[in-house]
Parts: sequence; C-alpha cells; structure tokens
Amino acid sequence: MSFPLLTATAVLPAVGAIATAAVPAARRTAAKWLALLFSLATLALAVLVLVRFEPGGARYQLTESHAWIADFGVRYELGVDGIGVALLALTALLIPFVILAGWHDADPLEDARPNRRWRPTQGFFALILMVEAMVILSFEATDVFLFYILFEAMLIPMYFLIGGFGDRAHAGGDEAAATQRSYAAVKFLLYNLVGGLIMLAAVIGLYVVAGTFSLSEIVAARADGSLSMATGTERWLFLGFFFAFAVKAPLWPLHTWLPNAMGEATAPVAVLITAVVDKVGTFAMLRFCLGLFPEASTWATPAILVLALISIVYGALLAVGQRDIKRLIAYASISHFGFIIMGIFAMTSQGQSGATLYMVNHGISTAALMLVAGFLISRRGSRLIADYGGVQKVAPVLAGTFLIGGLATLSLPGLSPFVSEFLVLVGTFSRYPVVGVIATVGIVLAALYVLVLYQRTMTGPVKDAVRTMPDLRIRELVVVTPLIALLLFLGVYPKPLTEIVNPAVEHTMSDVQKTDPKPEVEAAP
Amino acid sequence: MENLIALLVAAPLIGAAVLLCGGRRLDRAGHWLGTLLAAASFVIGVVLFSDMLGRSADDRSLHQHLFSWVPVEGFRADIAFQLDQLSMTFVLLITGVGTLIHLYSIGYMEHDERRRRFFGYLNLFLAAMLILVLADNYLLLYLGWEGVGLASYLLIGFWQHKPSAATAAKKAFLVNRVGDMGLSIAIMLMFTTFGTFAFGPVFAATGDASEGKLTAIGLMLLLAACGKSAQVPLQSWLGDAMEGPTPVSALIHAATMVTAGVYLITRSSAVFNAAPDAQLVVVVVGAVTLLFGAIVGCAKDDIKKALAGSTMSQIGYMILAAGLGPIGYVFAIMHLVTHGFFKAGLFLGAGSVMHGMNDEVDMRKYGGLRTYMPVTFVTFGLGYLAIIGFPGLSGFFSKDKIIEAAFAKGGTEGWILGAVTLLGAGITAFYMTRVMLMTFFGEKRWQPDAKGDAPHPHESPRSMTIPMIVLAVGSVFAGGFFSLGDRFLHWLEPVTGHDHGDAPLSAGVITGATMVVLVIGVAVAWLMYGRASVPVAPPRGSLLTRAARRDLLQDDFNHVVLVRGGEHLTRSLVYMDHTLVDGVVNGTAASFGGLSGRLRKLQNGYARTYAVSMFGGTAVLIAATLLMRAV
Repeated sequence: MSFPLLTATAVLPAVGAIATAAVPAARRTAAKWLALLFSLATLALAVLVLVRFEPGGARYQLTESHAWIADFGVRYELGVDGIGVALLALTALLIPFVILAGWHDADPLEDARPNRRWRPTQGFFALILMVEAMVILSFEATDVFLFYILFEAMLIPMYFLIGGFGDRAHAGGDEAAATQRSYAAVKFLLYNLVGGLIMLAAVIGLYVVAGTFSLSEIVAARADGSLSMATGTERWLFLGFFFAFAVKAPLWPLHTWLPNAMGEATAPVAVLITAVVDKVGTFAMLRFCLGLFPEASTWATPAILVLALISIVYGALLAVGQRDIKRLIAYASISHFGFIIMGIFAMTSQGQSGATLYMVNHGISTAALMLVAGFLISRRGSRLIADYGGVQKVAPVLAGTFLIGGLATLSLPGLSPFVSEFLVLVGTFSRYPVVGVIATVGIVLAALYVLVLYQRTMTGPVKDAVRTMPDLRIRELVVVTPLIALLLFLGVYPKPLTEIVNPAVEHTMSDVQKTDPKPEVEAAP
Repeated sequence: MENLIALLVAAPLIGAAVLLCGGRRLDRAGHWLGTLLAAASFVIGVVLFSDMLGRSADDRSLHQHLFSWVPVEGFRADIAFQLDQLSMTFVLLITGVGTLIHLYSIGYMEHDERRRRFFGYLNLFLAAMLILVLADNYLLLYLGWEGVGLASYLLIGFWQHKPSAATAAKKAFLVNRVGDMGLSIAIMLMFTTFGTFAFGPVFAATGDASEGKLTAIGLMLLLAACGKSAQVPLQSWLGDAMEGPTPVSALIHAATMVTAGVYLITRSSAVFNAAPDAQLVVVVVGAVTLLFGAIVGCAKDDIKKALAGSTMSQIGYMILAAGLGPIGYVFAIMHLVTHGFFKAGLFLGAGSVMHGMNDEVDMRKYGGLRTYMPVTFVTFGLGYLAIIGFPGLSGFFSKDKIIEAAFAKGGTEGWILGAVTLLGAGITAFYMTRVMLMTFFGEKRWQPDAKGDAPHPHESPRSMTIPMIVLAVGSVFAGGFFSLGDRFLHWLEPVTGHDHGDAPLSAGVITGATMVVLVIGVAVAWLMYGRASVPVAPPRGSLLTRAARRDLLQDDFNHVVLVRGGEHLTRSLVYMDHTLVDGVVNGTAASFGGLSGRLRKLQNGYARTYAVSMFGGTAVLIAATLLMRAV
C-alpha cells in the first residue's frame, strides 16, 4: 500500500492542533511557532499533492478507500480531482498567513491575572489548525457521509473562533464587544446548523435511494442508467443539499450571518471564514449538486441564477452603504460568491473553470485586503471608516498594499481575480446573455465600494488619531508581499491553475450532459 | 525584429516596478531612471519604425506571440503583440511625447517629496498605454485599457491630501468603469458571435455575422470609447481630472490616453464599416461633444479647465471623423497626432505659467505675461496658432481634412456635419484667443496668493522649456509634413482603408469658409478680451455662460440622480438588510446591554442544542439505515 498522502495532509494539521493546545500556558510564543511550523509542513505536503497530481490522468487521483462503518455502507474514501486539488492548495497556502497575521490577536491582556490554566493563545492557533484539517479533508472526501460529518464538524472550531476572539478595541466597550461577538457566533452556528440538518435529511434520502454513499459509484451508476431517480425525488434531494451549501456559500437571502461573523471576528478569522470555510459550500455545489443530481441541477438553474444575480448586485450595493471596514469586505464577498455560483450554474466550460479559479483568486484577494484592513484596525482600534483619513501620508506602504488588495477585489486586469471574473461573465453570457449583461453592473459597483473605502480611509488631510500610526512591520510585510506577488503572477500567467482545473471541469460538464454553445460564425483560426 | 516589441513595453514596466518598490534609496536618481527608460522605449520605437519603412506597404505588420494567457476550453486569450502602421504611429506619439513630458516633470516636480513615485506612475502609464495599442486581441487591449485607467487614477489623485484631488481621481475611475462595462460586453458579444476576440480572426469574419450583432458590438465599443475619451455622455470626469499635476494633464489627459477611444474605433474599422447604424451614433456623439466641449471651453476661467474643454472638443472631431468610416479614419488619426503635439505643448505652457505664478490657475488673475515669460509665450503662441488652424500650421491641415471629410459624407447628413465642424472651428478660434489674450496680453491682474506672496513671474528652467520648444516645432511643422504628397494617407491606408467620398464643395471653398469662421472667432474674442479690459471678478454672465461654467449642468444632473439617488438606495437597502432580510434588529450598543443576558443564555442553549442535534441526526441516520437493511 502506498503512502496515504491525502490523509496525511489532514492528519498533520490535526496533530499540530493537539500539539499546540498542549503547550503550557507560559510558553505562548512556542505555541505560535509550533502552529506556524505545522501549517508550513502541511503546505509542503499540499505542494507534494500538486506535484503528484496528473492533470490529464484519472478523474479522482491519490485515492484511498477503507471500510469504516461497514454495516451502513460508510467508507473512508478520499480522492482529489483538479477542483479539489486547487482548493486544497489554496487552503494550505492561506493558513500560514492567517497564523502569522493573527500572531498577537490572542495574546492575553496585560492586566489579566496570570492563570496556569488560561491558555487562549494556544487555543486560538489550535482551533485554526483544526479548521484547516477538516476543510482539507472535506475537499478530499468522496464519500457523501464522510463529507457530511466534516461539513458539520468544522462548525464547532469556527464557532469558538468567532465567539471567543475579537478585535482588541471596540466602539461600545468590552461588554458590548463580547455580546456582539457571541451574537455573531450563535447566528453563524444557527444558520449553518439549520442548513446542515436539512442536508442530513437529504443524505439519508440519498442512501435510501442509492444504497451507497460512494460518490463515484453513484455518479457512475447514474451515467450508465443503472440508477434512476424519480424526478420529484431527485429534486427534493438536490434542494436539501443545495440549501446547506447556499447557507455556507452564502447566497442571498441566506447571507446575513456573514457580515456579523466577519465583522466581529478578528481579521485572520474573517479570512478563514470567507476565503477557506465558505469555499466548501461552492466546492460542494460543483462536486455534489451537479455530480449527484444533474437533472435537478438543470431544473433549478434559472432560479439559482436569479438568486446569484441578486447576490452580486445586492451585496455590492450594501457594501457601498457600510460604515464598518470589515462588514464592507463581508458584503463584497457576498457579491463575489454570487459570481462564483453564477459561474457554476451557467453550465459552460468557461463559467465553471472561471468559478473554480474565482474560488482560489477570491481567497487570495480577500486575504490580502482583509489582513491589511486588520493591520490598520489594530493600529487605531476602530472598525469605522469615518475614524480614518489621510493614512496614505503617514503609512504609505500600508496604504499601497491596501490599494492593491482593493484593486484585486474590483478585478482589475493584470491581477488574478480579473481572469476568473471575466471567464464567469463570458461563460454566463454565452448561454444567458441577459444575466451576463446585468452581472457586469457588478464591475462598476465593485469599483465604487473599493475606491470609496480607499478614499475615506487613506486620502485627504491626516486625521489626528492616525498621525502617529506606524507603517507595516516586517511580520506584516511577510504576510502581504507573497499574497500580492501571487495575485500578480496568477493574473498574468494563470496557466498552471487552468491546466489543473480544465479536465475536472470537462468531467463535470459531462456529468450534467452539457456542451458549450457554439459561436454564431466560426471564425477562421 | 519582432522580438523588440516586447522590449518597448518592458522598459517602462521595469521602470515602474523599480521606482515603486525601490524605496527611498532611489529618491535621488529615480526621476532620471524613469526618463531614461521612457527614452529607451522611444529609441526602440524609432528602430522599429525605420525597419518598417524599409519594407513594402503590405508587409509591414509584425507579430510577437509571448505566451498563452487564459487557456480554457473553447476560450483563448494570448499575450501577443501586433505592430502595424496604426500602432506604430501611436508608439512613436506615446513614447516621444512621453519622454518629453518625463523630462519636463524633472523640473516641474522638483520640490515634491514624492517625485520618485510620480515617475513610477508615469512609467506605469507608458507601459499600459503601449500594451493598449500593441495588443493583438481585445482582452489584452482591455488589460492596457484599465491599466491606463489605473495610472490616470493614481496620477489625478497624486496630491491625495487634497480632498478635491482624491474625489476627482475616484470619479475618473468610476466613469471609466461604466465605459469598461461596454468594452467587456463587446468582448463577450464577439466571443459568442465569432468564438474569438483576436483582431485578425474577428475582422476576417465580420462579413458572415449579422448586422444586428455587429451594431451591438459597435455600440458597446463606442460606450467604452466615450468613457476613455470623455465623450458625451461620459465626459464629466475630464474637467475634474485637471486636479492632477500639469504634466499628467498634458500626457494622459490631452495627448495620449484620452485618444484611446479614437484608436479603439479606428482599430475596429471592420466592425464599424459593416454596421452603419453604429457609425451614425459615433458621428452624433462626436458632433455633440465637439460643440459641448467648445462651449464649456469658452466659459472656464481656470486655464487648465479651458484647455480640458478644448481637448474634449478636439477629440469630438476625431471621433466624428472615425465615425465617417473610410472617408475619415486617416484624418482622425492625423488630427490625433497633431493634436498630441500642440495640446501637450499648450498644457506644458500652462504649467510653466502656473509655475511662475504661485500655482494660480485663474486666468483672470494673469495678464501681460508675454514679456516675463518669452519662451513660454512663443511656444504657447505657436500651439495656439496650430490649434485654431492658422494657415500652414499643423492644425490647419488636420482639422481642414476633417471638415472636408464631414462634407464628403454626402447628402443632408454631410451638410449638417460639415456645418457643425465649421461652427466648432469658429468657437475654437474664439476660446483659444480668449485664453491667449487673458494670459499673455492686457494689463497685469496679478493677485497675492493665499499666503500673501505676490507672484514674481519668471521663465521656467531649461528642463521645462526644451520639451515646450520641441513640441512647438511639432505643432508648426507636423501637419504640413504629413500632408505633403499625402504622406500620412499613404502610410495608414493599408490598415484603415480610404475612400474620398463625394464632396459637394471643392476643397478650396471649404478652406475659405474655415478661414472666414476663424477670423470671426478671433475678432469676437479680441473685442471681448483684447480691446475691453478683463475684470478680475468674473461677471455674472448669460444663462448659457453660467451653465457652461458648470459643465452645462451635467454634474448637477449626475449629483441629483446618481449620487443622491444611489445614496438613498444603498441606505434603504442597508436598513432593509438589517430589519427585513435579517429579521433581527441589532439596535444600538445600549439595547444590546439589555439583550446580552438573554443572549448569553441562548448561546449556551444553542451550543447544547447543537451537540444534541449532531448526535440525534446521526442516530436517525443509523436507525434509517438499519431499517433499510432489515427491509
């Protein structure tokens, strides 16, 4: 038996989580370094997965399969396709930056009484690694039940990360901060829990109909006709799965937990939510909704496209109206998730390749913007846009990196989000021209909320409160520079990514039995 | 030889990267590095040009494929360049004028502590603009298109501590984004119609596409052009863009970037030629903007804003000419080049005047400067004569050709367009004479500045006057040089095609008529601003004057409808999201105090519920599967 590489990518951060949690209270710094080390080792394993993965090879590679709960047909089955590999790599890539950016976020307050059992720092980093382990495994699971368990289980560490750790200073004082935090954490849990429970019903239903949890078996059986579902059954099961994923993604009108969660959590945890955990939702739409229920997916497409379109425009408009930096970025993410879902359900090669690239690029660009915003907030102790002004003059590097993160968010050509956004638009337009045209409004609105944010915080006369603000420190530069370099590289040369993703998208397209619309005139090559 | 094309772009791109990431170390030499790399790009351009001249007219297109940019099933975009006569013309204009303006900026920005960054942005602009004109497909063109928009944003807002500059920068980017929407829809339409958006294949296949599709593509391209070239209805940003340092106004907002719309339409001639309805709209937009800009230019007292109105108007001429189809393409580009010389020169002259006048921009506070700034006066004066179309100078040749082409359109349309272009020529003569008289003639109306310092006008340093002299030479001779033996026509014809149309009037009659309106325009301006004295406080003015001072109320319209309307919309949506969609009112921090106890209880409750539901769910699942086995 060969080395279980995929299992290792999940086990390593899990072990890291336990090890970090076990570090004694006094050795906070050691715990941080340990967590960073494990996240980097995981990244190294993820790179190994990338190297071993053959883009043109079998659909699922590096597969592992073991009986787990034999009586109920539950197996421990792993395997990655191009889409899974891309997201696995994204997750492994972002976690070290999340850890490094949150280096001081969980330090105990100076006036806190020394307490041997009080170890918030250890807990913070252990929880982050725990989330990483679960998210990575969920990108690898090809057994529906295994996926469901992970999909639900990752809520627990996330809940504690949102509810337990927040920004240092809060406009309403510590009491209000704690209240709003726990409110946000509960809301996060409640929304996702309801989604999960509905999915559970659908998971059971699927087992009743198919008699197995194995994704590949069900997809194969559906393709060769040996498993047929009644139209009504398939649609109900689809809706059960889709609902859970739409909450997590999040799709309008199930989005309202996200601004609360991202606003109250610390910036690195906000990145964890929107750049990593939420991607499981859109990933699962591609893998499970389209793979298991191709006909129902086609049936539901018009309604989903409308909701995605509303998300795009509505999220952007609300971002324009925000006064809180982190909530603004949260609403911008809602708009971007609208693009991703639109690309998935446009059912074209460009749309789905674009959606997959979008997941990766959005992860990087939001991380860049949000983490710099976090650095800014930690300096001034306020999330309100109105409390800033003229930062560009005192901290030009901070302002410059914030602008680049913002330009990536508005999909400026030359930075990687442009490639994915344009592919999604083209892919949608070629099948649904009206939807595609309306979605381009998002291009204008994105420029509006990004530039307004930049103008109000960074330009103008220097406000007294920011006059002594230091520029980015070395640790912060180490976080931001690689992300920006990646945005530039993938903006000009996304080929390494598209090569991995394209074959997987071809498989998905054949799952739903769709072919791209032909151009009106075949131009000479 | 084709391998040099990428170097054209690479030189300024490297400059931008080094200057923007290099840090303070480069503060002392950064401006020279930026200028040197711009000059290097120009030299490469000249080498490529001389090579191109050495080949026959139909064998002048070079192609360089670097790598595949976005390879996705059914979708292909390349990083690939194409250098033909049209892009060559632009390359020389961009790098030539660009180098001169880099040189000028060394003196102009001497006392700015962020000069290095300024040069980084200028280099970035050159690189993006070169990508725009060298791209061999629309998606890469889009990259350059937004790249110049970014550079323009950064440079308009260069003095970001001024709120007006930051606002103007944002406005320029946003208005341009509306245009970009048009460009992206045009590309999507090309993709669904032709399966590609590379120049060659699209232009070859236009014959097979339906006219409706081509009209739609044409109109969307026009929307893009309106944004970048400040044409009605997307013109409102250009006047505000004058907040940027004057060399920026000269390079980006007069000579090069704002003419990108003309390039886009001329480049897409195959699409427009097959879509007469779209062409008609192009012509109308050009004609309306031509008059709009001219009228605004007459009313502004700010020297840069008066010149900005003039730029709009002159680009209106070019757009109009491009809309005429093969009759006008060549002349649109010819006017674009001569305009590049004289308008850049005029702006640099204005900058030199401001430099000597404590950064005053109000022409009512100038007057009598000709003896104090002789070089500026002479070079500005030559640019002035060129733009009004004084016989023998550049503008005379290029504008006259556009007026002839407008008449040659034929029919009623031709008469209307001809009349509009003639009228525009008259107004141009009026407002430019006004600028000239208010600045350099009449009595001194100098006022002390905000700090109480009286201005001591003086000639600018050599690094500023040399570029002005070079551009003045271009303003005088370029037009004649291009027209001698129809040189420019023969040069561009292989790319754009040419058609003489049928002129209802002889060229001599049209030139005569142009001279008549020119003399009238100059005479009226002289009566109002030369013979009569100019009051320092602006008179109330007629209704039209007052409207024109406010950019013909376009900004007021935008403010009421878009800004206010948008604010109300977002505010009510935010409210709705909190109450309706969320269903939970957050309220103030105070009310949270009351809620907190209950919430805390709830929180514990939910956590427990959650755990229970996990177990419960799994239990149900197990029970169900057991049941299935049993059955």
